[in-house]
Amino acid sequence: MKAFRLLLVLLALLAWAPAHADEFSDAVRALNADNFADKIAAAEALSALGDGRAAVILEALADGRLHAAGDGTIVMEQGGAYRDAITQAAASSADASPITVNNRLRGVLRGAVGRLGLFSPDPELRKRAAESVIASPTPESAAMVRRALETETLPEVKRMLSLALANLDLADADPERRKAAIQALRDSSDPMVRGQLQHMLETESDPEVKAAADKAVGAINSRLVWVSVGANIFQGLSLGSVLLLAAIGLAVTFGVMGVINMAHGEMIMLGAYTAFVVQEVFRATLPPEYVGLYLPVAVPVAFVVTFVIGVGLERTVIRFLYGRPLETMLATWGISLMLQQLVRSIFGASNREVANPAWMTGGIDLIGGFTLTYNRVIIIGFCLAVLLALAALLRWSSFGLHMRAVTQNRPMAAAMGIPTGRIDAATFGLGSGIAGMAGVALSQIGNVSPNLGQGYIVDSFMVVVFGGVGSLWGTLLGALSLGLVNKVLEPYAGAMLGKILVLVVIILFIQKRPRGLFALKGRSVES
Amino acid sequence: MKFVRALGAGLLAAASLLPFTAANAADDTIKVGVLHSLSGTMAISETTLKDTVLMMVDDINKHGGLLGKKVEAVVVDPASNWPLFAEKARELLEKEKVAAVFGCWTSVSRKSVLPVFEQLNGLLFYPVQYEGEESSRNVFYTGAAPNQQAIPAVDYLMSKDGGEVKRWVLAGTDYVYPRTTNKILEAYLKSKGVKAEDIMINYTPFGHNDWQTIVADIKKFGAAGKKTAVVSTINGDANVPFYKELANQGIKADQIPVVAFSVGEEELAGIDTKNLVGHLAAWNYFQSVKAPENDAFIAQWKTFIKNPKRVTNDPMEATYIGFKMWTQAVQQAGTTNVDAVRQAMYGQKVKNLTGGTAVMNTNHHLSKPVLIGEIQANGQMQTVWKSKDVIKADAWSPYIPESAKLKADWTYPWVCGNCAEPKFKM
Repeated sequence: MKAFRLLLVLLALLAWAPAHADEFSDAVRALNADNFADKIAAAEALSALGDGRAAVILEALADGRLHAAGDGTIVMEQGGAYRDAITQAAASSADASPITVNNRLRGVLRGAVGRLGLFSPDPELRKRAAESVIASPTPESAAMVRRALETETLPEVKRMLSLALANLDLADADPERRKAAIQALRDSSDPMVRGQLQHMLETESDPEVKAAADKAVGAINSRLVWVSVGANIFQGLSLGSVLLLAAIGLAVTFGVMGVINMAHGEMIMLGAYTAFVVQEVFRATLPPEYVGLYLPVAVPVAFVVTFVIGVGLERTVIRFLYGRPLETMLATWGISLMLQQLVRSIFGASNREVANPAWMTGGIDLIGGFTLTYNRVIIIGFCLAVLLALAALLRWSSFGLHMRAVTQNRPMAAAMGIPTGRIDAATFGLGSGIAGMAGVALSQIGNVSPNLGQGYIVDSFMVVVFGGVGSLWGTLLGALSLGLVNKVLEPYAGAMLGKILVLVVIILFIQKRPRGLFALKGRSVES
Repeated sequence: MKFVRALGAGLLAAASLLPFTAANAADDTIKVGVLHSLSGTMAISETTLKDTVLMMVDDINKHGGLLGKKVEAVVVDPASNWPLFAEKARELLEKEKVAAVFGCWTSVSRKSVLPVFEQLNGLLFYPVQYEGEESSRNVFYTGAAPNQQAIPAVDYLMSKDGGEVKRWVLAGTDYVYPRTTNKILEAYLKSKGVKAEDIMINYTPFGHNDWQTIVADIKKFGAAGKKTAVVSTINGDANVPFYKELANQGIKADQIPVVAFSVGEEELAGIDTKNLVGHLAAWNYFQSVKAPENDAFIAQWKTFIKNPKRVTNDPMEATYIGFKMWTQAVQQAGTTNVDAVRQAMYGQKVKNLTGGTAVMNTNHHLSKPVLIGEIQANGQMQTVWKSKDVIKADAWSPYIPESAKLKADWTYPWVCGNCAEPKFKM
């Protein structure tokens, strides 16, 4: 009798196993439906099976890595290799085309992957699952999260799960649960949570819960005010560092040499195109994982290229025009137009794609929905490094000494045996070279087009004039304060009016202090 | 002295030849003007359209020309300079005596040439989606009006497939097209029961590249617990840093989708599209649409431009439709006379590249299908919604009270582009 029962169980197991497998593979195949409604139904059916293998497949589908081959097999791409999604056997990608998804399906998939991942043995997956439950809450998830919480051991995952649960419990029918959820969420600084609590204030019927929600919203609000002040300062510094990068080169050519160089913006543009060329060379010659390294290589290359062009310009055009600011201005403006057209003829009129390397994309989510984006942080650091290097060069190198001597008193410097002509050329080259490096950095946040420089030339002059002609520290302070003022004004006045207000402020300031923030004192200045 | 005399004789001979060659040219060629910026900020977009017209001219000449004559394109460069557009338009009409002009991109350039075309009774084919609220007797608008692009896009986002959006950010560049479009959209959203506090409107200057604050604001606005979407009328290359910032601040398309009206395949060619996947664009044409006409067009374009990587986009299709319609109208009228061609234009039909047939209406706008696509990792659009039938363009939006009363119809008894009642009583 016993043996018979065992046999029955075995038979049942045997019968069940293939049936189960078929159910699973049928569900996977159903993902390749004709319309999105069917695909959504298939994804939901697949996740309802509760099979651990489904999570990987659904995630691949959300990322566009799930392909359907011509014979109906579903193939999954992982790191360049293709595998059969059901049997895990290696497969070819020859005739496979990706299964299309839309935003609604992506949302469903995210939720499904989240729910499936809650019980995964991998803590990293569980953490991600908790995040995705918060991002796309569904009423069914509450029970599952509660179950997951019971078995969870890691404190970090536990904390995230209870946050997720509290988020879901805000909509619970039981007022006690709602109140407990509010208590749990009171210390959050997530604007999403505040939004939900605010929404609750409008719909809540229980007065006690309502009062708790009101208090929690107040607490979150007062924290978020500080977050937004911090975010504003960061954005101001970041804009300031961009202005500074664009202006440092000009601070050398205009500030130190007194040359009104209208082609300064084009030096920035040439630097950005150098970054593009270096990137293309890297793409053509190196395996994809090293392509991201093109950026550190592009910086010195851009410096050399624009340095050479700068020296060439100085020797062939600008040195004949010293002391004639109007002619210099017209000549350099003409040069800027020629350089633009040259680049347009070589690279075409359309924008060129300079991709952010992986290490410069994304950011760290700090509190309260404020993201510290990597590219901005790196540019602030790069900008300070360039400024310090330049200051050190001027202060401690013999070239810096000669340069300062020539700008302060040219005849005397010449009498001391300093080759003034060569120093002029090198100084102009240095200013251009720095502009070229700035171009590499700016290619990471803006467009690379022949007109790139025009967007920066006015701002650069503004910074140099505001900071005080001839003073590097004035340029630094000028750029940072313009950046901060711009960003503080922007939320109230809008980007357009903010810019106008900053211009008005500068005009008024220049009226009051014509030589800018830091005026150079000395006999040579007025000559 | 001998040299001077020889020179004089040569000049005389040349001068006597000149009128003869000109007359000769007028006899066996038909001139069309191409008025697109080939330098300056708009060169990025407009150069492509110049090449499209040249391709069409080349094609028609290969097939025996028009009315037995060769078609010759006269290309001028208004250099993204709006007043220069008017000067160049005058040059094309008065000096070159072109039969029709294909040109303009921005609304301000169109507004600048409008008086010239009306005064000299010229014919302009305008191939770009625009804000509507206009119908000139001398212009045929082959791009989309707001009800062929903006309104369907908003409807899609409100639908179940689009994510049932409840909160809206209207972000645009600060000039006439975004401002008018947003005015129409705001009125439309309010008519659909969206409250004022659920609409955020934001304008930025041309070429804006510091999007940190605005993207952070959008993030904050979207955190209010209601599904939020951004409707973007941001124009030109300001889009690139905008999308970059969105990606860097971690905003994904399934959380806050962005639907754009000025971002097409050409613009995406300059962006790393990996982070844009799932954001939307609304147009009347996508390169990715599978249709025999489209395949032929793409192949023709790639051969003509000698670059297999070049993409096609919506304004190119609009140029294609405009040029085809004009040649058909000229053939039907048997002349290039502007008044005759205009009459022949009404009801003119051309097959869309994406299927269906475009029809020219008496309000000088087209009936076209509307497509909504999601951006793919390869920079192409995948259609997620298509209008069931062609949609007829409204020259005047019914959602703005002042223009709801107006009607554009250039046939009897209306004969007017902005009238509340017909010019002639029946």
